[in-house]
Amino acid sequence: MSRRNRRIVAASLTALAVAGTAACSTGSSASSDGPATIDLWTHAGGNEAELGVINTIVEDFNASQDQYTVNVQDFPQDAYNDAVVAAASSDNLPCIVDVDGPNVANWAWAGYIQPLGLPDETFEGQLAGTLGKIDGEVYAYGYFDVALAMFSRQSVLDEAGVRVPTVAEPWTKDEFMDALAKIDGLGQFEHPLDLGTGGGGEWIPYAYSPFLQSFGGDLIDRSDFQSAEGAINGPEALEWAAWFRGLVESGHMAQTSGEDATADFVNGKSGLLYTGNWADTTVKEAFDDAVVLPPPDLGAGPKIGAGSWQWAMAEGCEDVEAARAYLDFAHDTKYFVEYGNAVGLIPATLDAAAEIPAYAEGGENRIYLEMADQFAVVRPETPAYPFISSVFQKATKDILAGGDAKSILDRAAADIDRDIQQNGGYTS
Amino acid sequence: MAITQQSPTPSPSLSPPTASPRSARARRGEAGAAALMITPALALFVLFLIVPIVLAFALAFTNARLISPRPPEFIGLDNFALLFTDPVFWASVRNTFYFAVVVVPVQAGLALLLAVLVNAKVRGTRFFRTVYFLPVVTSMVVVSLLWRFMYQQDGLINKALQSVTFDRFTPVDWLNDPAWAMPAIMLMSVWQGVGFTMIIWLAGLQTIPGELYEAAELDGAGTWHQFRYITWPGLLQTRTFILVTITIAAFSLFTQINVMTQGGPLDSTTTVVYQAVRSGYQQLQTGYGSAISLVFFVLVLTVSLVQRHLTRERG
Repeated sequence: MSRRNRRIVAASLTALAVAGTAACSTGSSASSDGPATIDLWTHAGGNEAELGVINTIVEDFNASQDQYTVNVQDFPQDAYNDAVVAAASSDNLPCIVDVDGPNVANWAWAGYIQPLGLPDETFEGQLAGTLGKIDGEVYAYGYFDVALAMFSRQSVLDEAGVRVPTVAEPWTKDEFMDALAKIDGLGQFEHPLDLGTGGGGEWIPYAYSPFLQSFGGDLIDRSDFQSAEGAINGPEALEWAAWFRGLVESGHMAQTSGEDATADFVNGKSGLLYTGNWADTTVKEAFDDAVVLPPPDLGAGPKIGAGSWQWAMAEGCEDVEAARAYLDFAHDTKYFVEYGNAVGLIPATLDAAAEIPAYAEGGENRIYLEMADQFAVVRPETPAYPFISSVFQKATKDILAGGDAKSILDRAAADIDRDIQQNGGYTS
Repeated sequence: MAITQQSPTPSPSLSPPTASPRSARARRGEAGAAALMITPALALFVLFLIVPIVLAFALAFTNARLISPRPPEFIGLDNFALLFTDPVFWASVRNTFYFAVVVVPVQAGLALLLAVLVNAKVRGTRFFRTVYFLPVVTSMVVVSLLWRFMYQQDGLINKALQSVTFDRFTPVDWLNDPAWAMPAIMLMSVWQGVGFTMIIWLAGLQTIPGELYEAAELDGAGTWHQFRYITWPGLLQTRTFILVTITIAAFSLFTQINVMTQGGPLDSTTTVVYQAVRSGYQQLQTGYGSAISLVFFVLVLTVSLVQRHLTRERG
C-alpha cells in the first residue's frame, strides 16, 4: 500500500515538474548561448496528417538556420481555444498560435495576436478566405480552405429530369425548388434534401449564413460592423427564413437530420446533400456517379462560407523576429502543397493548387477551388463574431422549429446591437 | 449530473460540549489539532468555492467579458434590468420549475418504491440493486447521447410504441416538439437519477429496526399499515435529505439540455443554468452570466429555506 502511495506521489510530482517546465519554457529564452527558442501551439493534436506537416515545416526551419529553434506543442482541438484563452489571461501565450478563421478578429481585438508584418507580396495569389485580414493588415494566414457544396448522383438527377448545375450556371431558386420536388417525386428518399440540420455549434453560421447572404441579407451590416439592424432582420432575411422553414414544412428536408448527414446520403436516405468538401472522398467512394454541385443562387448569387485554421503571431511574443522568420519561411508553396496532399482540402494558393493534380486546372476537385475563389464570403471580421454566431445559432434553430421569423430576427438584431454597444463598438 | 449531486448536511445531533473534568490545557491542545486538521479542507473550500462565489457576486454588477481588452466597469443593476426583461430568462425560470415540480416527486416516489422492493428479503435483490444503479454510474453525457438516438423520429422509442400499438401510434419527433421535449428530458433524467435516490432510501430503510415490523406483524398489521405507521415515520430524516438534495439537483439541470436540445425547440427546454453557461462562455458575457448565477443562487436559497421551514422538526 505504502509503496503504491509512494508511486502515486512520485507520478504526481513528475506531472507537476513537467507542467512546471512547460510553463517556464513558454516565451523565449534568448539569454542562453544557443539558438533562441520560441513555442508554437497548434490545435492539430490527434490529427496525424496535419500535425505531420507542421512537424516537417518546423524541422525544416530549425535545420535551415541556427539562430532560432521552434518548439511544437499540440493540443486536442476541443481543448485548444480554452488553452489559449487561459494562457492569454496569465500572459503565457507562446509566440506562434494557430487560430480558427472566425476568431481572428476577436483575438486581435483582445490583444492576443498582432499583425504579421510580412510584405504584401507574400500573400499574392492566396485565396481571400484564408487570410485573417483586419483593417488592411494581415493577422493570420492559412494553408487550406474548405468549400461547401452539394452532392448528388448523376443517375438520380437524370431520373428526376433535373439539369446538372455548374459553377458558371448554378441553379436558380426556382430551379432548385423544382429539383427538390422532382427528386421527392422519385419516392426513393426519406427526404430529397439533407442540409445537415442535425449539426450544431459553428456549423450553423458556417453553413446557413451563406444562404442568408445569397438572399441578399447578412449577419451584420459590414460597412462599419456597428449594427445588424436591417441585415439580419431585413426583408431579404425574412425571405430566407420563410424559405428555410418552408423546406421543413414541405417535407423536403428534416427539421433535425441524422447525426451524420454524409452517412445518411451514402446509405440512400437523401438525394441531395449539402456539406463541406471533407465529405468528397466518402461520397465518391460510395457512388461511381457522384456529382459535385454548386449551391443554388437564391437571388444574390451562390455563396459559401470560408476561413479555416490559420497561423498567427501572439501579441506578447518576446522574439518577434524569430516568429516572423518562421512564418515567412513557412509561407512556401512547397508546404502549401504538402498540406494539400496531407489533409485533402483546398490549397490556399493558386501556385500550390497547380502542383496538386486534383486541384489543378481540369482536376476533379477543381470545382471546390473555383467555388472558394468565386462564392466565398468570410464570416464577419469583427470581434463581435462569437456573439453574433451564438445569436444566429439560436435564431436559426428557432426558425427551423417554426417560430415567428420576424420576432426571432428582430430580437437577434437587437441582441447583437446591444452587445456591440455594450462593448463600445468593439473599436478600442 | 441530474440527480447525483448531494451536499452533506451537518447532522443536527452533534452533541454540545459537555463539561468534563479534563484540564483546559488538554482541550486547547485538541482545538489546535482540530484547527490543523481542518485547514487543508478549509483552504480548498475557500479557494474553490467561497472565492468564486464572491467573485461571481461582484462580477454580476459589472460588464466584464471573457475575452476583452477593456477592463470591467461597474454598471450597477443594468445586467439585472436586462435579465428581467428577457423573455428567454422567464422561459428558463418556468422550465426550471416545471422540471423540478415534476421530477422531484416522481423520482423520489419511484425510488422509494424500488427501494422497498429491493429491500424485500427475496433472492436476487442484489442483482436488481446493481441494475437500478447502473445508469447512475454512467456519465450523463453518454446517457444523453444515447437517449437522443432513442428519441429520434425513427428511433427505438417510437418503434417500440408502434409495435405495441400495432402501428396505430404516429411517431413523435420527441426532442423537436416544443410540447414533448421537456417531458422527454424529464423521463430520461428520472431514469438516470432514480438509482441514486433508491440507495439513499435503502440506507434509510435499513436503519428501521426489524423488531418494529415483528411487533406490528404480531398485532396483525398488514403490509400497507406496516408501511404507513412504521416505514414512513421511520424515514423522516431521509425524506428531508432526499427532498432537499433532489430539488437542488433538479434546479441545476444543464447537461441533458446542453447535449440534447440546446434549450430548443423554441425555448421549451432552456433552463437558468443553461442560460448562464451560454451567456457566460459561448457569448463571452462574464458579467451577465454572473448576474444569472446570482439570481439562480437566490432562487435555490429561497426554495431550500422554504423546504427547511416546512420540514422542520415540530414539537
